[in-house]
Amino acid sequence: MKYLYYPGCSLKSTGKPYEESLKAVFAALNVPLEELKDWNCCGATAYMAVDEVKSFALSARNLALAEKQGEPAANGHVQFVAPCSACYALSLKTQHYLDENEDIRKMVERGLKEASLTYEGKVDVRHPLDVLVNDVGLEKIKEAVKSPLGNKVACYYGCQIVRPYATFDDQARPTSLDKLMEAIGATPVEWAMKTRCCGGTLVGTIREVGFRLNYLILKEAERKGADTLATTCPLCQFGLECFQPDVNKSWQANFHTPVVYFTQLLGLALGIPEKKLGMQRLFVPYKKAQIGG
Amino acid sequence: MKSPTPAPYSYSGAGARPSLLYEVRKVLKYQSELNPEFGKDVAQKAHGENLFECIQCGTCSGTCPVSHYMDYTPRRIIAMVRSGFEEEVLASSTIWLCASCYQCTVDCPQQIKITDIMYALKQKAIARHLYPSKFPIPIMAEEFYKNVAKNGRNSEGTLMINMARRTSIFNLFKYTRLGMKLFTTGRMALSEEGVENKAQLRTLLRGVEKAEEEAR
Repeated sequence: MKYLYYPGCSLKSTGKPYEESLKAVFAALNVPLEELKDWNCCGATAYMAVDEVKSFALSARNLALAEKQGEPAANGHVQFVAPCSACYALSLKTQHYLDENEDIRKMVERGLKEASLTYEGKVDVRHPLDVLVNDVGLEKIKEAVKSPLGNKVACYYGCQIVRPYATFDDQARPTSLDKLMEAIGATPVEWAMKTRCCGGTLVGTIREVGFRLNYLILKEAERKGADTLATTCPLCQFGLECFQPDVNKSWQANFHTPVVYFTQLLGLALGIPEKKLGMQRLFVPYKKAQIGG
Repeated sequence: MKSPTPAPYSYSGAGARPSLLYEVRKVLKYQSELNPEFGKDVAQKAHGENLFECIQCGTCSGTCPVSHYMDYTPRRIIAMVRSGFEEEVLASSTIWLCASCYQCTVDCPQQIKITDIMYALKQKAIARHLYPSKFPIPIMAEEFYKNVAKNGRNSEGTLMINMARRTSIFNLFKYTRLGMKLFTTGRMALSEEGVENKAQLRTLLRGVEKAEEEAR
């Protein structure tokens, strides 16, 4: 069985280090990962604002392509890995609406049929965090760790990984990322901002609002003594890291907080060279902390 | 439907202020000016007939991370939708500030899908061009939509240029440094991204469009 990888637009551009580290980590843990051929954009939050049914049709095309390309797992379903939270949430939302709403299903099916595509609902939409923690397992990861990290990490899950659909973790207080960080030697801080919204594209549109949301997350992480923020979503990472100078300016702050993909941290602990994890692409360089130091 | 026209008032001298009566009349809206079908219409579009079960508890407004920037809080929007304040709702900043974090949706004690209601309102506002002029969020949505409908994937460069064209060209300069940095770290491509099978994508979207038109 191979996991089918649905990158989405972000992992091919601003989220490139996420793609690099994800592939490197899956390879190091011997988890086969194959890219979905000719995938399209999930539509994210912007497409949905213009046309809902077409937005579902976009995701349905990806799911249909996955069903055709993938080898089913033991449960008969293709394992579709969506690392970007927007892709993940929208693919899940599409599945729910196709199941629950007959009108939408009929309209989407009509489009699929005309495009000579079929989708039978035999796809499991998975987040790589879910795959790593629940399929690979923390024990196996612990065994594979070569160089444990000593960082104090604020685990930032973001919103759409647990909302509106929480499939593998608690919706209000998720813990999988905290457990993964513990398994690689890092110390997760206890904080309340785990799933607080970062504002997404607001940093580029109504900037003041976006900056405030990002400021609150960075500030709380700092106050809780975290030296690194671990993220699971390319949009959160982009806002929290690339707009840090703007956040600093508008809030008279002085953050130099590395905002790193969880797969990058895992990769470092597994002893994968930094270049293969895209560490050189970060705007705020990550500093490894020694255990006990 | 016509919006209320304020009655003319006269100054009685320099520094005179409009009367309280004028202020009240300016915000008055008569029931006859409301759209009684608006609530039902939105509920249907958002697949949320339980919109009418809202108890106005305010959990959505309390839990929303951006409610204090909105002209009407989510709770007020729900009340206004139900009562038929169509124009005010569709022209509000509220629906665009919603970043789809779904906190209200999962916290609502009546299981109202508030985020989906916001989406239904966004779709209506875009269809009728009823959004604050030069407001960047709906403009981004429209440009993103065009980009993806055409190519099947989003290209950040194209999106940024088209947005600047429609809002303010100075926005491009704001992002020059960021753009350069993304480019030098290999995190932004200048080429236009797209799917290979564009014909299939177009057929799919056209098929859905036909089905949508028939359902109307």
